[in-house]
Amino acid sequence: MNWFNLVPFILLGAIIGLDVVSFPQAMISRPIVAATASAALGGHAGLGLALGATLELIALEMLPFGASRYPEWGSAAVVGGAIIAGTPGQTITPTVTSSALVLAVLAALATAWIGGWTMVVLRRLNAIWARKATPRLDQGSAKTVDGLQIGGLCGDLLRGALLTGVALAILNPIVDAVIHLWGVPPAQSRAFVVGVSATVAVAATWKVFHATKGAAWFFLAGLAGGVALVWAQ
Amino acid sequence: MTETQQPIPKRTWLAMFGRLLAVQGSWNYELLMGNGIAFAAEPGLRLLPEPEYREALAREGRYFNCHPYLASVAVGSLVRAELDHVPGAKIERFRTALCGPLGSVGDRLIWAGWLPVCSLLALVVFGAGAPAWVVVTVFLGMYNAGHLTLRAWGLSTGLSSGMHVAKALAGPVFRRGPDVIARAGALLAGVAIPAALARVVRHGPAPGSALLYVVVVAGVLVGGVLLVRMHGRVDGWRIALVVLAAFVLYAVLRHG
Repeated sequence: MNWFNLVPFILLGAIIGLDVVSFPQAMISRPIVAATASAALGGHAGLGLALGATLELIALEMLPFGASRYPEWGSAAVVGGAIIAGTPGQTITPTVTSSALVLAVLAALATAWIGGWTMVVLRRLNAIWARKATPRLDQGSAKTVDGLQIGGLCGDLLRGALLTGVALAILNPIVDAVIHLWGVPPAQSRAFVVGVSATVAVAATWKVFHATKGAAWFFLAGLAGGVALVWAQ
Repeated sequence: MTETQQPIPKRTWLAMFGRLLAVQGSWNYELLMGNGIAFAAEPGLRLLPEPEYREALAREGRYFNCHPYLASVAVGSLVRAELDHVPGAKIERFRTALCGPLGSVGDRLIWAGWLPVCSLLALVVFGAGAPAWVVVTVFLGMYNAGHLTLRAWGLSTGLSSGMHVAKALAGPVFRRGPDVIARAGALLAGVAIPAALARVVRHGPAPGSALLYVVVVAGVLVGGVLLVRMHGRVDGWRIALVVLAAFVLYAVLRHG
């Protein structure tokens, strides 16, 4: 992938990064949407969906409560989607797509980690701008209120673009190199990565719902339904 | 709405609603969501005469935090209080009192309820074998039906209730909703996890065997219990990052 090919992914990463907190929080930044959209941009929506579902299982654990620090899944899922759409290249083989799934999940997790940190940096910058604007805010200046808000939105847009661009520039060559050295069969690779994600999802389910009376029984009933669904397939 | 209340023009309501979508645009560690509240309330405050408008805007821009979707309730009720010429000190006390309830109710209802439920439903649809556009449409359609309805309801309720908005927050959706949603979430999680696992393992390119699927499910259950026991000490996504990095290393070494 050259820089010209990266541009659509960088723009998508910026827009989706903005959705995480700033605007409009419609959850287009959830991995199941963002990874699918990103891979669809590269012509591989199906691979993106598998990646998105795998990441979504992990993302269930970290919910965006208040001022807490959490991974930035939006731009990260775009990076993962771009990687999984870009790696098959000319020869799409099961080994390539399965190893790409593992590597795309890993790349997305690493980007989400860094992305969470970039959000903290932006919030600190917003605080500096807000402190400087305090005298004008105290006078009820609508221009200052709008300026701070638009400045923050633009900053977040830029943050998402930079994060996506830098992550793809660093991670794409690494993934391209590693994919040719892959020594695990495709089915095992996919089973391992989705198994790890599902493990996090099981713990997340407990974390989110355990305080509700009867939730364990509902989970077990659902599990029976899930097993039946799998059996029927 | 009482007969003496100043009516809110439709354009003003729409302007406030649009701005509420960006209420966290300048979220920071100094004012938290404060500037966003002033930004969203500003079209409504324009209905005040000049000196009062500036005083009200300055008041609404101070420190504030709550759930972003329920900020619509805060903006609506604060604008109503300002338009009703409630004394500034009383509005400031009311503003402070709103933060806690609007934060905790929203967190329980949306972040720990509606969002995971919609996410798990999308995973169930994925596990059932649906194509990408169906999965994405189900998730975004369902989530945003709830999301946008809540924001619109919040703004209208705030504008009509003003300082008496607490009554609206004591409704059955807020009292019993989180528990109902949590039970639905637990049920969906039970269906979604094995189904999503099966689609990736059994139906991808070079499908895995039934035995491999059973081994993975057993591993997930054991790993899940271990993670639950570690609750609070480490995040699962960090463990996933380390484990997957180790797996990549293993895959490369195995090739060599």
